[in-house]
Amino acid sequence: MTIDWIHLTPYSALAGGVLIGLAAAIFVLLNGRIAGISGIIGGLLRPKQGDLAWRSAFLIGLLAAPWLYQTVAPLPEIRIDTGSGMLVIAGLLVGIGTRYGSGCTSGHGVCGISRLSPRSLVATAAFMLTGFVTVFIVRHLLA
Amino acid sequence: MTNFFALLSGLTFGLGLIVSGMTNPAKVLGFLDIAGEWDPSLILVMGGAIVIGLIAFALAKKRGSSFLGLPMQLPTARQLDRRLILGSLTFGVGWGLAGICPGPALVLLGEGVQQGALFVGAMLAGMGIFEWLERRKA
Repeated sequence: MTIDWIHLTPYSALAGGVLIGLAAAIFVLLNGRIAGISGIIGGLLRPKQGDLAWRSAFLIGLLAAPWLYQTVAPLPEIRIDTGSGMLVIAGLLVGIGTRYGSGCTSGHGVCGISRLSPRSLVATAAFMLTGFVTVFIVRHLLA
Repeated sequence: MTNFFALLSGLTFGLGLIVSGMTNPAKVLGFLDIAGEWDPSLILVMGGAIVIGLIAFALAKKRGSSFLGLPMQLPTARQLDRRLILGSLTFGVGWGLAGICPGPALVLLGEGVQQGALFVGAMLAGMGIFEWLERRKA
């Protein structure tokens, strides 16, 4: 293992993390809910009464964030090297996996660990593990 | 009010994802590549979020209701079952293939990035398959 010092962005990572934490704090302390993104999206596919508006409002906020950001500063560069076919497979796995596992990086990784939930600790360890293993296989075994 | 704060939370969340670097799939994959040139920055994203989260959820657990007077709807499930573990393992494979998880996927869609839209479409299809299988079982 070697550390990629050139691409290290400790301050923006920490600042972004604090913003994510604040978003989760707003959501639980005011609305009494977990800011788990896969759950909020998934709930729209199984609508309950009085559910549609707040779920949509949260997701509209998420979609509108880049627009708000770029009123202040240019959006940071993004790079996607994954091909279309692989993106579709990845998206399918993320969709199915997060629903079976009842959460993703936000619901388990941020909110669940903050609640000290054993389920979320196990879930986070599980998706980090296969995340590391998958990248290892793709980059170092297959490449 | 609920919808306003949901919107505010979603916006703040999205800004956090952009600022942190989580919306750049190349950066996320750099974090997941511990055997290569490893970029550990994203540990600090979780670290920063969890420090705030620990305080917020400790307060939330103490209160029976939210500051808007709504019930605290915190998960009650305790069991470490197959669904949780296999589902999370599956999610990790998808995350490792693309470097995109659900929040950043939506932000990329919001930025008008074509690959983001493709990923979100596939992710929704995956969630749809889950719903279909669940309903068939019921």
